[in-house]
Amino acid sequence: MRRIVKLALEKPELAGLMLLVVMVVLFQIRSDGVFLSTNNLRGILGLLPETALVAIGVTLLMICGEFDLSVGSVFALMPMTMAVLFVGGVPFWPAMFAGLLLCAAIGFVNGWITIRFDIPSFITTLGMMFMARSLTVVVSGGFPPRIRPGEVPSWLFAGFVDAGGFVRASVLWFLGIAILMSLLLSRTNFGNWVRATGGHLPAAQAMGIPTGRVKIICFVICSVLAGFAGMIQALRLNSFLPSMGMGMELQAVAAAVIGGTALMGGIGSILGGLIGATIIRLMDNGMVMSQIDASWFQFAIGALTIFAVVGNAWLRRRGRSMKVETERK
Amino acid sequence: MTGPIIEVRNLHKWYSGVHALKGVSLEVAPGEALGLVGDNGAGKSTLINILSGLHRQDEGEILMEGRPVSIRNPKDAMALGIETIYQYNSMVPIMSIARNLFIGREPLTVSFLGLGWLDQAKMRAESVRAIADVDLHLRSPDALVGELSGGQRQGVAIARAMHFKSKVMILDEPTNHLSVKETAKVIGFVQGLKAQGVTTIFISHNMHHVFACCERIVAMALGRIVLDKRAAETSIEEVSEVL
Repeated sequence: MRRIVKLALEKPELAGLMLLVVMVVLFQIRSDGVFLSTNNLRGILGLLPETALVAIGVTLLMICGEFDLSVGSVFALMPMTMAVLFVGGVPFWPAMFAGLLLCAAIGFVNGWITIRFDIPSFITTLGMMFMARSLTVVVSGGFPPRIRPGEVPSWLFAGFVDAGGFVRASVLWFLGIAILMSLLLSRTNFGNWVRATGGHLPAAQAMGIPTGRVKIICFVICSVLAGFAGMIQALRLNSFLPSMGMGMELQAVAAAVIGGTALMGGIGSILGGLIGATIIRLMDNGMVMSQIDASWFQFAIGALTIFAVVGNAWLRRRGRSMKVETERK
Repeated sequence: MTGPIIEVRNLHKWYSGVHALKGVSLEVAPGEALGLVGDNGAGKSTLINILSGLHRQDEGEILMEGRPVSIRNPKDAMALGIETIYQYNSMVPIMSIARNLFIGREPLTVSFLGLGWLDQAKMRAESVRAIADVDLHLRSPDALVGELSGGQRQGVAIARAMHFKSKVMILDEPTNHLSVKETAKVIGFVQGLKAQGVTTIFISHNMHHVFACCERIVAMALGRIVLDKRAAETSIEEVSEVL
């Protein structure tokens, strides 16, 4: 029993999960039951996959010991590139592929520069954040491209899949990708390398893991997911604006951290990133539903981030200090 | 008498202008327990880093069982049967024992281009066996390495090296920062290796630790070997003298 409690306390997602439950209960009470109504959940489910997909990539990268501030800009650049190509006469699928390829290239550059010149990814991706945002404006030429609804297969990414109009295709994409990423991290040898690389770099190197390549792959995955999420949002709203995804990078980091991912790398899980992203979305929505001044949203996210990290550290310490015998007599 | 299991000839290494190894030649016989001593900067770590694939020599040859070999990275070294155990650097504290044991050499059930699905049952079962083989008894292969004591960690590292059938085990300052009791345990592990016929190179600052488990002592100073004797024919005083 003690062992089970100890293991549970050491789970990085625990604090986030507890917060999530408390929040749902509080908002449900404060909003007189509107919070968990079908209509409101539909709204939340529409927005959640977009934030969560970005958070998944950022979480994976943070577990690998690196950081990406350029995801918000990539979030805008991908749909913009795709839309400009499409308007310019390129069919939808090649345009989408080109957009994703551009994201992969940005992820590769982020990773390659970070590894090759041995500089903090905070700096590399901060630079990339500005550059990619600027590129978004440049490719749009200052005028957002217009695509008529129905011209592109939006339904495949953002349309409702059930007759009742409750679940969007984006939810399925996001669930599929989340499960895939989660399995990649926890059940494959690549996942083992990611964790070792982020957990203790010298050990990973001494054991012959190509740590540079592992990191670059994580950068690429993170960038592609951010671009894909941006595309989903653009298709859902049917608008392609250069200002999309502003502030997304920090929300994604906040989501990862609320979900128990350590800034130093090694510790964390995809599920934690999802919990964090859900908390952020619920906070946004729940405050409106509970008629709290929405200007407090950012304050709440900030406070929550700090609270979750402190709570997590505390729970983990409690877990550690629970003595269980490691040696068998 | 069989030939040396590992041999280096005339190794040189420069680190940005510093001549760290000045023509080191050394032969190690199979099954031998060799103690390598020397002050900081004597070149011990440089020699070891070359053998374990972290650095490459600028000049000189390495021979495994009489064959010249080229060790370009840690993977090459491990493939040749050279395992290195570092003071801290060989384990990831936030990962479980079973996962640590197989970092970079995970057993897979399905794989494609070197990537694949972990065989977790096998990892667990084999790690339990590997750990028991070095006489360390841990309750669960799922415990995090970070929760083990320093001595236990070194035990797991040695178990890992044994599991992968290493021929030459290099222990780089494995007793640093360990308590007296834990140190005794690690020295016990090393003596156990001798019994299993594994060649060991044991590096330490502490002469007592080296004399406790090695039969041959090699001392280095300023990038050269300055003493090479059987442990029985020399003494801590004599070795200290030449350093």
